Amino acid sequence: MQSALSLSFSQTSLPLANRPLCSSNVAPSFTPRNLRFCGLRREAFGFSPSKRLTSCRFQIQNRRFEISASAGNGAPSKSFDYDLIIIGAGVGGHGAALHAVEKGLKTAIIEGDVVGGTCVNRGCVPSKALLAVSGRMRELQNEHHMKAFGLQVSAAGYDRQGVADHASNLATKIRNNLTNSMKALGVDILTGFGAVLGPQKVQYGDNIITGKDIIIATGSVPFVPKGIEVDGKTVITSDHALKLESVPDWIAIVGSGYIGLEFSDVYTALGSEVTFIEALDQLMPGFDPEISKLAQRVLINPRKIDYHTGVFASKITPAKDGKPVMIELIDAKTKEPKDTLEVDAALIATGRAPFTNGLGLENINVVTQRGFIPVDERMRVIDGNGKMVPHLYCIGDANGKLMLAHAASAQGISVVEQVTGRDHVLNHLSIPAACFTHPEISMVGFTEPQAREKGEKEGFKVSIAKTSFKANTKALAENEGEGIAKMIYRPDNGEILGVHIFGLHAADLIHEASNAIALGTRIQDIKLAVHAHPTLSEVVDELFKAAKVDSPASVTAQSVKVAV
Amino acid sequence: LATLSACSSITPRNLSLSLSLLKSHFSLFLSLSLALRLTKLEKMSRLLQTPFLPSVSLPTKTRSSIPGFRVKPRTIPIQAKIREIFMPALSSTMTEGKIVSWVKSEGDKLNKGESVVVVESDKADMDVETFYDGYLAAIMVEEGGVAPVGSAIALLAETEDEIADAKAKASGGGGGGDSKAPPPPSPPPAAVEAPVAVEKKVAAPVKAVAASAVHPASEGGKRVVASPYAKKLAKELKVELAGLVGSGPMGRIVAKDVEAAVSDGGSVQAAVAVKEVAAAPGVELGSVVPFTTMQGAVSRNMVESLAVPTFRVGYTITTDALDALYKKVKSKGVTMTALLAKATALALARHPVVNSSCRDGNSFVYNSSINVAVAVAIDGGLITPVLQNADKVDIYSLSRKWKELVDKARAKQLQPQEYNTGTFTLSNLGMFGVDRFDAILPPGTGAIMAVGASQPSVVATKDGRIGMKNQMQVNVTADHRVIYGADLALFLQTLASIIEDPKDLTF
Repeated sequence: MQSALSLSFSQTSLPLANRPLCSSNVAPSFTPRNLRFCGLRREAFGFSPSKRLTSCRFQIQNRRFEISASAGNGAPSKSFDYDLIIIGAGVGGHGAALHAVEKGLKTAIIEGDVVGGTCVNRGCVPSKALLAVSGRMRELQNEHHMKAFGLQVSAAGYDRQGVADHASNLATKIRNNLTNSMKALGVDILTGFGAVLGPQKVQYGDNIITGKDIIIATGSVPFVPKGIEVDGKTVITSDHALKLESVPDWIAIVGSGYIGLEFSDVYTALGSEVTFIEALDQLMPGFDPEISKLAQRVLINPRKIDYHTGVFASKITPAKDGKPVMIELIDAKTKEPKDTLEVDAALIATGRAPFTNGLGLENINVVTQRGFIPVDERMRVIDGNGKMVPHLYCIGDANGKLMLAHAASAQGISVVEQVTGRDHVLNHLSIPAACFTHPEISMVGFTEPQAREKGEKEGFKVSIAKTSFKANTKALAENEGEGIAKMIYRPDNGEILGVHIFGLHAADLIHEASNAIALGTRIQDIKLAVHAHPTLSEVVDELFKAAKVDSPASVTAQSVKVAV
Repeated sequence: LATLSACSSITPRNLSLSLSLLKSHFSLFLSLSLALRLTKLEKMSRLLQTPFLPSVSLPTKTRSSIPGFRVKPRTIPIQAKIREIFMPALSSTMTEGKIVSWVKSEGDKLNKGESVVVVESDKADMDVETFYDGYLAAIMVEEGGVAPVGSAIALLAETEDEIADAKAKASGGGGGGDSKAPPPPSPPPAAVEAPVAVEKKVAAPVKAVAASAVHPASEGGKRVVASPYAKKLAKELKVELAGLVGSGPMGRIVAKDVEAAVSDGGSVQAAVAVKEVAAAPGVELGSVVPFTTMQGAVSRNMVESLAVPTFRVGYTITTDALDALYKKVKSKGVTMTALLAKATALALARHPVVNSSCRDGNSFVYNSSINVAVAVAIDGGLITPVLQNADKVDIYSLSRKWKELVDKARAKQLQPQEYNTGTFTLSNLGMFGVDRFDAILPPGTGAIMAVGASQPSVVATKDGRIGMKNQMQVNVTADHRVIYGADLALFLQTLASIIEDPKDLTF
């Protein structure tokens, strides 16, 4: 137990201390704050000793469950068909189901479409297949890059159908893996659209089942603003684009967030020219400004991409009768017509809208907010009167907290933890995000402006540490020296507020930082950890080492390390 | 890295202070960097048609020669109030730096210690601070531009009044950057560029007419419809988009249109390079010769032409009357080429479908003007100067125009719109005694006519007589997607009747 606790303590303690469950081994003189377990932050307030006792009991119970879980899906409670019913078998539902079985719950998952949801079938997974192709194409086409390696490659070409097949094959494979993993554990996969009939009661097809707890994990669909006519051929959403039925000469991408950026990477590598249409004044809003500036220099400017910022696409009509796709642009502020574009295709990447239609939310008096199902920090659904709906949870895109597959899964796990007796609040600030362009972008926590604002409000100083991929041996060996890593932190106590990486394999590098944030590890401690040389991870290592923290390294962490 | 992360400042005096460690190596780095970059720069400067400006000669300065370059003397000749901001050496291995971004813009007031510019070295991006108060008077190396360590990248004026002086100085000196980026935006250098730009702009309306027929959404040529890469390239290569006819879908200007404009224009103007090739005595057998840009462009066009389904129709035309006319007007400066072009244009006016073009395979355009391109062999290639509106311009003006175009072509000074706006092409090998041949259809046009030599032939007439007539064979290659056999037959019939009764040619 002790080795699992990397206690960080500081003199500036919060009024209320968080204690880990049953952790009598914590020395009373310590006042650990913000103690976190794997991204699950203990609630800061309202832990009475009696509650702690309860928690302890549950944990013992859990152990018993675990034994039964190894024999397969658990036995249901007497009065219900299932302990847990999950509506939607996407990555969120899947994560919750697996964890529920592990915890000994008899679990059913309802899916109206295909297992895997958006991520596996129409999102992260097939797009990674396309990006794997685009990355290689880009490399092979880059004569200068190849020459620098001493490689000679004759003109690189591609077969569109072959690329498309790679994406769909990958989706199929992952979908089967997901299905099999649930089947193997004995999760009941029920086919049909699930709807909530009432408390603890769910309908799918003509069947009605009851469950002690219910998780809504219905996800989202591409959001198409009004005025835009999607025909699936020349005006498309990511759903269509991932099938790669065509590679247009000129494609306009509406929205320059993750989805738009990734597709611009794919399309330009395959020979398209791209025009971004962004409503905000800057491309890549939502990224740390410094990162987006650099990303623009690397991912936009040298490529066959131009852009219109500060404009809305007020009307988009598909190509027909020999006419191209017409896009009418209006000024985002004045709403005055600004320009008309004629392109071969338009990809609508303006974000995603929650998919909550037909869920029967009216049966339990839940009113969606902009389509999202309102939840509290424990993913408990809140009804129209602001009251908690008992035994009903909503995770993933449908609640809109953080529309990322792994966030949905983490939320699902958090819910299962709660219904099996361990109270949890997921720390969303520790959830990393990545954009799989070449090179990749990844981030966790606050951006610099967010951190500075918070620092100003709460009266702490914010510092920045930066390192460059140009100084990293492995990156230079790969001839991929372009990129930076940036850490935003508190110099007074060494808390990591945010890390942003732009560079080779950034998506794989972020986890050292996100784990540190999740576990509350401070810079002065993690900077002493060792990284293999030469690896890209040294970029992050340098980041920790470049930080100037006033607090000394934690004695406990060190001594524990020695003990282990 | 840690030692380098301290922002170095860049004004002259400070360089010698804060970078004293590097000073001893300074000249070495500079000369090294220049030597390394020469070839690249030469290529670049030729491409951009700008003089090669690698920081060697700022007239107002005594930067005597590259290797002898020292830090100290730099301050002396500069008027005390205007300081140069140099590309700092941010690491011991840095030979050149790229301007990532200017934190300040021209005219901004700078306070000592403020970041002015972000420079990317071989290791990292660094903010560069100023050690003096003043005004950022002129930026000499734009964002994205690369400059050797120690070369001036901007001027700092001490007072607002001196900004103008500094600007003049910047433009006069030409700056230290190797102008990978466009040259500084201060007015004088723009004026240097101006002749080319202005000329293109003047020509633009003419071409816009052609473009308007082509693009439904270009609103009569007011709007330029160009793909993102075409725009980017045009900016980079300084090509006026309004001056181009697009070959993309719906007449959109695509990258290769810009490239074609430049590669033709570029190689035409890179006279030195071409001449070197021409001057080479003979051909080295067995050697592999990479394509010149013009050959590359021709090659691309030829391969592309394979995508067009073409067919050919030939016709024999009696030229006695034309020859007689030619003899009469020759003294007035009329050329045979002009006569043929004029005759063709008049025939085209009556058969607009032969003057059409199909670009996307779904639709075709009746071109609004008849621009007859005539193939001309020049040193190291082939070019097709265009006689615009050949149906409307009188034969004398047309002849003068033709002479002007040929002279320009030989001098390799044709502007893009003077060789890429043709709607119908003439190719004449008659002067070599060729009696017939067929031509390849240039992509983006509907038809091309191959003209053979006019030769005395024995001709039998219907009334049973035999006589002697001058005859020439013409052979038209056309895009069968839009132009059919009967269209060409009728066109050729009209052409023959015009040539055989040429009084309309001189009207």
